[in-house]
Amino acid sequence: MALFLVNVLDGFVTGLLLFMLCSGLTLIFSMMGVLNFAHASFYMLGAYFAYQISLVTGFWSGLLIAPLIVGIIGALIERYGLRRVHKYGHVPELIFTFGLALLIEEAVQFFWGKSQLPFSEPAALDFAAFAIAGNAFPAYKVFMIAVAMGIFLTLLYILTKTRIGMTIQAALSYPETVQNLGHNVPLVFMCVFGVGTAMAGLAGVIAGPVLGVFPGMALQLGSIVFVTIVIGGLGSLWGALVASLIIGWLQTFATAYDVTAEQILTAIGFTKPEMIWDHPLQDLWTLTLPQLGPILPYLLMIIVLVLRPQGLMGNRES
Amino acid sequence: MNKFNLMMASALAAGLVAGVAAAQEKIRIAFIDPLSGPFATTGTQGLAIYRHSVKELVNEPGALLNGQAEFEMVPFDNKISAKESLIQLQVAMDQGIRIIAQGASSGVANALTEAVAKHNRRNPDDPVIFLNHSAVDPALTNDKCQFWHFRFDANADIKMDALTDDIAANPDIKKVYVIGQDYSFGKAVAAAAQRFLKEKRPDIEIVGNELHPIGKVKDFTPYARKIVGSGADAVITGNWGGDMVGLGKAVMGAGFDKPIYTYYGATSGITAAFGEEGDGIVKLVGAGQVNPAPTPEAQEFIEAFYVNFPDLDFGQPQMANVAPMLAAAINEVGNATDIKAIAYALEGMEYDSIVTGKTVMRESDHQTIQTVTVQGQTPGAAFEYDKSGRGMVAETVVELASNDSATTCEMKRP
Repeated sequence: MALFLVNVLDGFVTGLLLFMLCSGLTLIFSMMGVLNFAHASFYMLGAYFAYQISLVTGFWSGLLIAPLIVGIIGALIERYGLRRVHKYGHVPELIFTFGLALLIEEAVQFFWGKSQLPFSEPAALDFAAFAIAGNAFPAYKVFMIAVAMGIFLTLLYILTKTRIGMTIQAALSYPETVQNLGHNVPLVFMCVFGVGTAMAGLAGVIAGPVLGVFPGMALQLGSIVFVTIVIGGLGSLWGALVASLIIGWLQTFATAYDVTAEQILTAIGFTKPEMIWDHPLQDLWTLTLPQLGPILPYLLMIIVLVLRPQGLMGNRES
Repeated sequence: MNKFNLMMASALAAGLVAGVAAAQEKIRIAFIDPLSGPFATTGTQGLAIYRHSVKELVNEPGALLNGQAEFEMVPFDNKISAKESLIQLQVAMDQGIRIIAQGASSGVANALTEAVAKHNRRNPDDPVIFLNHSAVDPALTNDKCQFWHFRFDANADIKMDALTDDIAANPDIKKVYVIGQDYSFGKAVAAAAQRFLKEKRPDIEIVGNELHPIGKVKDFTPYARKIVGSGADAVITGNWGGDMVGLGKAVMGAGFDKPIYTYYGATSGITAAFGEEGDGIVKLVGAGQVNPAPTPEAQEFIEAFYVNFPDLDFGQPQMANVAPMLAAAINEVGNATDIKAIAYALEGMEYDSIVTGKTVMRESDHQTIQTVTVQGQTPGAAFEYDKSGRGMVAETVVELASNDSATTCEMKRP
């Protein structure tokens, strides 16, 4: 039971971290129709910038400044890159962001090298907040939860309760009409892109000390981010949150419990073949849940796409 | 300087270099390892150790054919892919290179050893020799052994033998958790751990034995929870690269403060990432030792390495043996073209290494027998890793480790 509780918390942290990445991506997609392949690269940039800043002034200023820089870079890329490609349609946009991802990865390796960087949590949070049956829960993870929740609530407030949020939502569905009403829609797009990338950057800053800062970190999260927003429903903030948490828990619990295929198969009445090592179904019989864990999100995505193509909370039909 | 002058100058310089080089025969060694991508640090570090040992131990002392010849390292980037390695092997052979060195990943080594064997079967008059400096899957010198493959690192079984010596000597350890990457090497480590622990300390309980997907785990926290929950007194893992950092940080973060026995838990950013938390906990089993330098020559050699390659670490000492041992074999034969004779000279060679002590290339399976050490992460070590102010210091030293270990190799000699 104690371990169950610990896993619930761990999965919650993983899920919230994923949410910080997905919220920006899903907003950008719903607004511009661009699947931003470089989104995880901005996450990586955030971590690297924060590391560099932390060398000079410590972790906390890095936490504030790094996402800001990433956001500005993102906004500039939208203004001078994406917007120019936009008129040629979606495929060139896709290729543009794909190229950008490769470029950022190479640039990061050029400036910081290929090794893992020693970016660690600030000393003030480097202690165990509490322990459940001998399992320490680091204070840093409590901090991660707080930051992610803070961001979710802020975004939700801005999008649903403020004038800016209403303009953004209106621009999502009827950009021409909003433009005709006198709003500067391209500026709105640029800001959304900037804020979205800044959030990816922030996710990078707070994930860096836990998941490591290395050139492969963008690649590692790249695909799962897309899976999450597809499951949650493209463009839905709530959907992104729900899907992120589901995936976080799915992966944590899958690794935590050593359920084997053998147990399940014998439970439903099959008998294990004597010579399992020569048996054609050897792989099936020796499969364990932790091994299966990494593909579960993809499996879930397929199921969601079949049963509810618009995603769990998505509202568009196409 | 205008363009014409520049061209003249560079042509002149090229001519000069060619003139100097012509005086000495260049014997080229193809170095096929990852030099780009996520595992580039491993390859870059290995190449640097080769270059350093070629320069300091062979070329500058004139130790190759009485100074008439020199080694030259020719790097090929295999992006740690077996398919790419086979292409690079072909490129190297097309360039006339007959000496192939590789080590990062046993998966790649398995592919290369097969390709080399096949080439040599088809071209018995023009064979290629494969020097494996760090791929440690035991199969390479057992079931899959072949005459043209030579392993200079201690294999996973030999390392586990030394590692379990260390565990057996520690009465506090009663429960062990084994975790590794899900591929040939990870499985070999797990199997060896079970076998040796049962043999040396039957009272030790293996409370966990699991494999995780290689390079795919983002967050090792759930694994760390299981390890802590199992009440283990020690962890054994063969993880490397990002999987080592992720696992180590998660396990220590979950409050585990007992020994973590690793194969590759140092350098390439890992020592720096573990930092203070890993001091006294992280252990590494490997061939040879860096701290303290085992001989005065080694002290000088390693110091010079850090001067020449200030951004890299002297990570895998046994790699420095390949060039001088190859040079000794070539000297015995008298030329660098008779690859078959060189291979026979290398077989059974005894060599006094500055970093791995008395070193023997075992005739029966082409497995090097050498000093293997269990090292612990210690602050203030003389040769530090990752400029982190800490390094790996030898704690248990086993000379000629596993000298009498059995092999299933049935070597077919040409």
